[in-house]
Amino acid sequence: MSLERFIGHRSEPVTNVVEKGAVKKFAEAIGDPNPLYVDEEAAKASRYGALISPPTFPRTFEYGEVEGLGPPGQGYIHGEHRIRYERPLFVGEELSCYAEVTDYYEKEGREGPLGFLISERVGESLEGERIFTMLDTAVLTPAMRESLES
Amino acid sequence: MSVAKPAWNVGDELESRTLPPVTRLQLIKYAGASGDYNPIHTVDEAAEEAGLDGVIAHGMLTAATMGLPFSPYLEHGYVRGLEVRFSGMVYVGDEVTIGGRVSEREESGEGCVYTFEVYANNGENTVASGTVDFLVFEDSCS
Repeated sequence: MSLERFIGHRSEPVTNVVEKGAVKKFAEAIGDPNPLYVDEEAAKASRYGALISPPTFPRTFEYGEVEGLGPPGQGYIHGEHRIRYERPLFVGEELSCYAEVTDYYEKEGREGPLGFLISERVGESLEGERIFTMLDTAVLTPAMRESLES
Repeated sequence: MSVAKPAWNVGDELESRTLPPVTRLQLIKYAGASGDYNPIHTVDEAAEEAGLDGVIAHGMLTAATMGLPFSPYLEHGYVRGLEVRFSGMVYVGDEVTIGGRVSEREESGEGCVYTFEVYANNGENTVASGTVDFLVFEDSCS
């Protein structure tokens, strides 16, 4: 059965906390220890009034699993990543996060059809205000597809 | 802390920068910090089984480094949007160069949004490319 059957399927929301230590470790790992990410005093004195997180940090949250598929797109080839913020993300915030499969299609590749799985990941405040939206494209080789479709 | 105020014009090139060679330790650190433990990024045997010539950097690590040129301006705005297409592998030892140019400037209710076309290159290929939207808050908007 084709992976198309997962289009529109969504995970149960998972609560994540933007943890100070996790942001610091992440900022260091990407080689960007900006004081606004890692230095609480500097961040408090800034216009943000609190620590913020690097642009790609939300990819580290848990978004739950789509039944029968797992975390959508995880473990395959990462083709594309997009994120759009409504506002900066603050350290200490609690977020409700979920993932949804928004599209699946196949294109002919050299060794058979490649699958393209598009998933959306959303982070909202616990009051339901949307903070960011991510869109990721995962590419599946014929072997990867077969293991999922069987 | 850097207080550089953005003074960009459409067509301006960002100063390109070449990062130190990618190390395995860096990939191990990123795996731990991101929770992405796919072994093709850290274990030689797993990478070889996947048909690669060795461990490769996480795409999201390359995406993260494409945000580096904007970090000095965080006092005046933030990366509101990022779009990255991955087009090549980054191996241990690769020196990645990142750069870009200002392609658009738009007023918004919150300030002005600069769009940058950005790229990452490992000396042979473009390994990632895309756009960054940087929102400069109204009071810093020139």
